[in-house]
Amino acid sequence: MADMVQFDLVCPERSLASGLASEVLIPGSEGELTAGPGHEPMLTTLRPGFLRAELEGGAQDFVVTHGFVEISAQSVSVIAERAFAAADVARPDLEAILEEARDRMEQAAEDEERHGLERFVADLVHLIDRMD
Amino acid sequence: MPSLKDLKNRISSVKSTRKITKAMQMVAAAKLRRAQDAAEAARPYSERFNAVLGSLAASVGGSDTAPRLLSGTGSDQVQLLIVMTAERGLCGGFNSSIVKLARTKANELIKAGKTVKILTVGKKGREQLKRDLGELFIGHVDLSEVKRVGYDNAQAIAKDVLARFDAGEFDVATIFYAQFQSVIAQIPTAQQIIPAQFEAAGEGEGTLYDYEPSEEAILADLLPRGVATQIFAALLENGASEQGARMSAMDNATRNAGDMIDRLTIEYNRSRQAVITNELIEIISGAEAL
Repeated sequence: MADMVQFDLVCPERSLASGLASEVLIPGSEGELTAGPGHEPMLTTLRPGFLRAELEGGAQDFVVTHGFVEISAQSVSVIAERAFAAADVARPDLEAILEEARDRMEQAAEDEERHGLERFVADLVHLIDRMD
Repeated sequence: MPSLKDLKNRISSVKSTRKITKAMQMVAAAKLRRAQDAAEAARPYSERFNAVLGSLAASVGGSDTAPRLLSGTGSDQVQLLIVMTAERGLCGGFNSSIVKLARTKANELIKAGKTVKILTVGKKGREQLKRDLGELFIGHVDLSEVKRVGYDNAQAIAKDVLARFDAGEFDVATIFYAQFQSVIAQIPTAQQIIPAQFEAAGEGEGTLYDYEPSEEAILADLLPRGVATQIFAALLENGASEQGARMSAMDNATRNAGDMIDRLTIEYNRSRQAVITNELIEIISGAEAL
């Protein structure tokens, strides 16, 4: 179909979703973006947030924390290091990730790394807040 | 010549061995199935990840600003060998074949004047290498408590390896594991993970992407994760190979036990017949004497 894109969401342990989508809302690290058919090819990293795919069977929400997205005119591939379907994500899971990121932040020596982790933590806190 | 009682005991002991190996074979078959599914499910991620990383690396790789994980330290003096084996034995030549490959490589490097360091994953490989290469060990990852290998395990190993790399402890890292081909064939493989190597991407398929943030920033972000991805893929392959090797080893053991039982049963029957014949001769000759 011309007005659809092939949407794939994979994480290291399994493939989470695959199907045709009319548009995908992505929490890119430089800002949220929506990818649809005919989108300019691009590659962006993700920040923690909600990812929404308008699939044929209805919209599906996912929570992603880290990874990247490969967008082309016909496909959107989300390669996430950690991803959950929004319906079965539990707060403790995210809080565990948050805890770990905070630990790493404390130990991070370089400014750049620290800065990146600070943003990661802030996004994650925001994400957890939005869950309720 | 063993007595009838000895033979009988032998047979029953071999029979119970056969029961155990049969059970182990079936357990391995079930676990193999699960390990294969896990390896299968993980494939899309690592394939896509490596494809993207490969094309990024190809476009940034030539520049001077390329990350050290990609360009290397400019030396190959200190080599780290990460030897991944099983936590359990009784799986045929699985552990030995990985260890053998790693040992050959280690000896080659030592002969070439390089410094070799070894990190072991899995108890069995450590035990086998301890004898001659024990002084080269710099660490060990114990997965015996882990029921199912997850990405977290791979991440932990990658974190350790990357910390050592950043601390300048080694220049080149290679992982050793067995690639799963089939139940009867597992191929011991050596794969260099630092500096990262990619198969040359097919000509002409490189699409021009917009990068957000910059190409270099994405690459710097992805490379450390690439190490974890490769280790995870290797762990899964190893898991499937181990169960496959155990399954065929136990299948062999079960068959050998069956053969042995047949042989012992024939011997038992012959001895029993001999005893009966003897007794008959004694009775008959006793009767004749009267």
